Amino acid sequence: MGDYFALLKPRVMSLVVFTALVGLLVSPVPVHPFIGFVAILCIAVGAGASGALNMWWDADIDARMKRTAGRPIPSGRVEPGEALGIGLALSGFAIVLLALATNFLAAFLLAFTIFFYAVVYSMWLKRATPQNIVIGGAAGAFPPMIGWAVATGGVSIESVLMFALIFMWTPPHFWALALFVKSDYGNAGVPMLTETHGRDATRKHVIIYTLLLVPVAIGLGFTSIGGPLYLAVAVVMNAWFLKGAYDIWRRTDADCEADKHRVEIKVFKVSLYYLFAHFIALMLEAALRLYDLGGW
Amino acid sequence: MPMQVEHELHERRKGRNYGLGLILAGFIAVIFGLTVVKVLQLGDTAQFERFDHVARPQIIPEEGVGE
Repeated sequence: MGDYFALLKPRVMSLVVFTALVGLLVSPVPVHPFIGFVAILCIAVGAGASGALNMWWDADIDARMKRTAGRPIPSGRVEPGEALGIGLALSGFAIVLLALATNFLAAFLLAFTIFFYAVVYSMWLKRATPQNIVIGGAAGAFPPMIGWAVATGGVSIESVLMFALIFMWTPPHFWALALFVKSDYGNAGVPMLTETHGRDATRKHVIIYTLLLVPVAIGLGFTSIGGPLYLAVAVVMNAWFLKGAYDIWRRTDADCEADKHRVEIKVFKVSLYYLFAHFIALMLEAALRLYDLGGW
Repeated sequence: MPMQVEHELHERRKGRNYGLGLILAGFIAVIFGLTVVKVLQLGDTAQFERFDHVARPQIIPEEGVGE
């Protein structure tokens, strides 16, 4: 049973649940708690299903990399066909139940997210371009938009900016990690920026994407779900992340070897706090609005 | 002598079967809870009766009543 659960990538699922929940809770439309619970369950199951489909498709790559060789399919504990079946069945279940429990837009967005992760990212981009993480990151950025659609039945500037926040955050977050982790993506035939364009180009990409991320994060503060508290958090976290990205950009391979990637490891950790802090601040703004304190 | 011989495979699959049983029970609970919430959200129970797809004379307002 544990192997089937591992197919659903529970760690990715927890981030999806968190961001979808924030999207749902910060929306101006109240949702019945049980319907909200079912919606989050569907989004989590949908995310898990796309994880299973990803593991089914990528079993050949996973078998060639140390980090993933122990996954259920390459280690032989789960048959590829089983993973495909579980992925398809859970996708259907999550999409249909979300449509029945909430609305068709939310269900469509969930279906598109699963399609994007399983087909556009896993089957196509991952093996084709070193920008795979940039466009593939969209799959991880959809959950708050789905949460928002569950409550409001629509898409608006707030949900688009929440999407954009995760979308723009993913590349610098991932590349900071790629700079200090010795990966074997090359052996598996997966083009990663650090290997196709080199580490200097990756450092440049980190600073460029962080610069593009800042206006998105700050801009979200001026929408109906932002407020002074969110803006204060955003200013501090963006300054911190930008400083880290700048430090990475100024470094050379010799610097990295000398201090054992101290800066890259630090920036990777900051990137985790960064996303968490932004979404927590949005939740706090929503909580404060209940007492007529939050927002503008 | 038992009618069915317990195979080693049955023992190995026990965890999986219990897990599946729990998932199915959870699924039933979710659908039941969703049904209750959706019906209660209708507010007026007469609305619910309209889902029966059967003519219900008692929920059709009578003309001239109360005049």
